[in-house]
Amino acid sequence: MAKLESSLKNMLLSLTCITLIAAGALAGIYTLTIDRINAQKAAAEQEARLSVLAGCEEGTPVMVETDGFGGKMKVMFGFAPDGTVLGYKVLEHSETPGLGDKSVWWFQDEAKPAQNIVGRVANGTFSVSKDGGDVDAITAATISSRAFLKAANEAYFTFRGEEDAHTGASQMVKEEEEIEETIIIDEKEAQDE
Amino acid sequence: MSNAKQTFLNGIIKENPTFGLVLGMCPTLATTTSAINGMSMGLATMFVLVCSNVVISLLKNLIPDKVRIPAFIVVIATFVTLVQLLMQAYVPAIYATLGLFIPLIVVNCIVLGRAEAFAAKNNVGLSAIDGIGMGLGFTLSLTVIGAVRELLGTGCIFGGRLFSDDYGMLIFVLAPGAFIALAFVMALVQKLQKK
Amino acid sequence: MVYFLIFISAIFVNNIVLSQFLGICPFLGVSKKIDTALGMGAAVTFVLVLATIITYLLQMLLNNFGLGFLQTIVFILVIAALVQMIEIILKKISPSLYQALGVFLPLITTNCCILGVAILVADGTNKLPVGADHNLLTGTIFAFATAIGFALALVIFAGMREQLAMNKVPKAMQGTPIALLTAGLLAMAFMGFSGVV
Repeated sequence: MAKLESSLKNMLLSLTCITLIAAGALAGIYTLTIDRINAQKAAAEQEARLSVLAGCEEGTPVMVETDGFGGKMKVMFGFAPDGTVLGYKVLEHSETPGLGDKSVWWFQDEAKPAQNIVGRVANGTFSVSKDGGDVDAITAATISSRAFLKAANEAYFTFRGEEDAHTGASQMVKEEEEIEETIIIDEKEAQDE
Repeated sequence: MSNAKQTFLNGIIKENPTFGLVLGMCPTLATTTSAINGMSMGLATMFVLVCSNVVISLLKNLIPDKVRIPAFIVVIATFVTLVQLLMQAYVPAIYATLGLFIPLIVVNCIVLGRAEAFAAKNNVGLSAIDGIGMGLGFTLSLTVIGAVRELLGTGCIFGGRLFSDDYGMLIFVLAPGAFIALAFVMALVQKLQKK
Repeated sequence: MVYFLIFISAIFVNNIVLSQFLGICPFLGVSKKIDTALGMGAAVTFVLVLATIITYLLQMLLNNFGLGFLQTIVFILVIAALVQMIEIILKKISPSLYQALGVFLPLITTNCCILGVAILVADGTNKLPVGADHNLLTGTIFAFATAIGFALALVIFAGMREQLAMNKVPKAMQGTPIALLTAGLLAMAFMGFSGVV
């Protein structure tokens, strides 16, 4: 077969056909794979949830995002009802390879209790030993360690917040009363002026 | 037959994409933090290379000369998207590691270069063999560089520990180490080729 | 302030060439002389900013129709067409600028830092400093700063290679290996910026 000439009609025709076929083929493949892609994502999240809960049925998984050394850090923590850290999993991070990215396992190393936070009862005050805390930071990656522990504390507060929503109804009423009081005071001040 | 064999070996040794032609440097440097990462990237590129070579060689008479580059790019981009979708569906962990560099196969000079220099002039069989040879050559170099960096940086090779992490030179896993490791591997290849 | 931080982050801390490994081909290819390096840097800046804005808007359009999976194919075609258009327009309206940038324009289509940055910004996965949201404004600033970072790395590297050309290099290291080694040392210097932002 002879090669097509480079006339305007031929060029347009050939490019249009190729693009249409390409787009059509991709749309086909996309519909075939999208279910599996979504299932994979859901399975990955489910697996993370199961692994951070470490088999504890009463536990709550909490997802937090914080700023690490190299960028965003997304971690999932599992808490028992009493606040004990059941486990964690770093889902996304851009920490330095070989340094900050050790946070993936560093804080759940059972052989080293000084750096392990799993099994400790959280109260929102985790900090590295350099800052007066009782968790050993990753060697040469203090900033990543601080970011990670900050994420752990944030996760704890989120967890506590969720708990309150379920059981602490009375506490919420009290808070509302306080807010009303302050509003009244504000009005008085405004009148004085 | 000897022609096919020559085409095949050409990509692996004489015109090795990394060491001979010095093409596709971005993925070579960015994804070789470990042997397995380098190999995955090489295989993904090889898939695109073989498919686009075959299709372009089939279509070569239907594409007018003046629009051949855009037409080639469309074909290549289609296969790249195909790889993206398949990897997300079947090997999401590897896809997450290689990330941006999978879509960037589109602008890898090797793929367009082979389409233009080989597939547009040869028949389907030879183009497929050229794709496999070039792809294997690329995969081989990426795996070697990945293995060197992994070994020097962490003491492991393909995840298997050879010596303790404490003796690893972290710099080889980081950005500067990519340049330095590639420089020395390339110098070694040049030295061996001259002999 | 946050916009200023985007600049520092994209130029020094996360330099596109030396820490993100995008645009290595032109980095090694057109860095033998400072003049050509400057020309290439300017051409990349021009195309990168335009391409990022256009592809960002296109991505929103694609997402609206549920066609996000066509991203790669659409982006590369748009970038190729854009480069062609810029070439034609420059030739008409500013022949002097065309003379300066013209030779670099065809090379830019396959410069992976253009497609790379376009995808990063459109997906909202570009590295921004704390407190910056992913939107068109920060994306555009990020693209501009990235291009400046590219140009900076290119010019510094070209300066080093001009010096290098006058020195004796061991036979096996001649050519690309010594250039890569130099780039490695430069990357090490840029690593000193990590953690600044």
